[in-house]
Amino acid sequence: MKKLFLEKLKALLLALLAFVAVYPVCFLLTGSFMGGGEIRENLRAATEGQAGYVRMPWLPQYPTLQSYVELLLDSPEFFVMFWNSAKLSVGILAGQAFVAVPAAWGFAKGTFPFRKTLFAIYILMMMMPFQVLMLSDYLLLDGLHLLDSHAGVILLSVFSTFPVFILYRFFDSVPDALLEAARLDGANQWQIFFHIGLPLGFPGVISILTLGFLECWNLMEPPMTFLKSKNLWPLSLYLPNLGLKDAKAAFAASVIALIPAILAFLAGQDHLEKGIAAAAVKE
Amino acid sequence: MRNNLMKKMRRGQTGFLFVLPSLLGMLAFIVVPFGDVARRSFLEAVSGAWAGFANYRTVFSNTAFRLAAKNTLRFEAICIPLLLALSLLLALLLNSLNRHVRFFKSCFLAPMAIPVASVALLWKILFHERGALSGLLHLFHLPGSDWMRTPWAFWILVASYVWKNLGYNLILWLAGLSAISPHLYEAARVDGAGRWQCFWHITLPNLLPSLFTISALSILNSFKAFREAYLAAGDYPHESMYLLQHLFNNWYRDLSMDKMAAGATLHAGVIFLLVLFLKQKWDREE
Repeated sequence: MKKLFLEKLKALLLALLAFVAVYPVCFLLTGSFMGGGEIRENLRAATEGQAGYVRMPWLPQYPTLQSYVELLLDSPEFFVMFWNSAKLSVGILAGQAFVAVPAAWGFAKGTFPFRKTLFAIYILMMMMPFQVLMLSDYLLLDGLHLLDSHAGVILLSVFSTFPVFILYRFFDSVPDALLEAARLDGANQWQIFFHIGLPLGFPGVISILTLGFLECWNLMEPPMTFLKSKNLWPLSLYLPNLGLKDAKAAFAASVIALIPAILAFLAGQDHLEKGIAAAAVKE
Repeated sequence: MRNNLMKKMRRGQTGFLFVLPSLLGMLAFIVVPFGDVARRSFLEAVSGAWAGFANYRTVFSNTAFRLAAKNTLRFEAICIPLLLALSLLLALLLNSLNRHVRFFKSCFLAPMAIPVASVALLWKILFHERGALSGLLHLFHLPGSDWMRTPWAFWILVASYVWKNLGYNLILWLAGLSAISPHLYEAARVDGAGRWQCFWHITLPNLLPSLFTISALSILNSFKAFREAYLAAGDYPHESMYLLQHLFNNWYRDLSMDKMAAGATLHAGVIFLLVLFLKQKWDREE
């Protein structure tokens, strides 16, 4: 009896915490189905300095698609930014896949000299926050005449070493005996990579793409620093420009921005989990 | 024998070819440009003349730098242990419940997908002087305040970091926990060990190898907390959450190249020492 009670208590505690974790999604959804008048009324205390407090209702009083319709039909800049985000994400992910996948394989299964030292440098580079590389990135893009261009922002992320680090763990778990057998059968390094490494490490590739997409979709510092023209900005920079006064557009834009992330998340959740988990387990 | 060695060498070289594009790209686009910045940190910004440690002295005597460095260190020192402990507790809780695990994992991972800007919008509504938090406190006849303009701003940042990364770390700990062989627990129980003893003598020691990787990733993710801070409070937030990123942003806007170069080199040095420390711990565990 006592044990059952304890179980219930644990489940309740977890449910409570889980609720805190997902509450912002509910909040954004509710807000996005409110009409302009209702949002203004709820936020009046904050936006117009009136008495009382902001209200955050659980459900819209008069549900409407007004915000979505206005955002999708009347704000062409929203579309431009949505596609900018898509373009940057595709560019960065394609580049990363192209560069990081073979590199991780090489580090996991190669035997060249200084392999460990080089990999340590990769880990070091992975840990460098944006501000450390801000000036060198700027000078680099300036030198290549890539400031204020998508190509510049993509270039900065393509050689990120984080995906190499994650994928390394996946490739590392491919059994050596398998590679040895293939070698005895006369397969060369490239054949081994394409026919054994890639298929076995594929979950890893999907997981770095999912992790990478969530990161790209929220990319902030590089575009904010290196893109001057507003028509080049990604969605992640459009949203912050909407203050409390444009809350209506902000709610709908947030939900629409959330959709691709949620889709990527649902499609890749198992892989995402494996990708995150891969880093923790030592062979 | 000789043939074998040749084969090994060829194999080694091919392994290197796989790494080469990535390595060249990293060297050309990250390492070399940064080396140039490190060189510039010893030069005068305008004339390019040798300046010795003058730029470093300027940076160290800069009050904004001291404030930002202090806040960043404080932030790391508080939020990393806090996140590690909370996420481990959560992982143990979820492991012991052993039901609806997938559902809970999805819930805790959800914050990863929420756009930063939407989180910032929520902050503005929650922590406004007339926002939801003040309103809640008002119900209990407690005074509200413009939370983002008080020292509480720092704690809001910490809470938001923990909220955002709890799921990520939960997955990491769960992976660490699942790697511990159940036989160890069985054997211990046969020997009469209690729950706490199992935790102290089996769970914790076996999680240690994961600890350093998880710490490194938590630190990596902590650098992203700046985004929420910036979007909710702008270039000059309350001084308790004025981080190094804010400072570098402001330097960048003023084109203070000399300060940025010296600051970036110093910052990189600290990260280098940190990674060295973690790596050493890490290798020792292996």
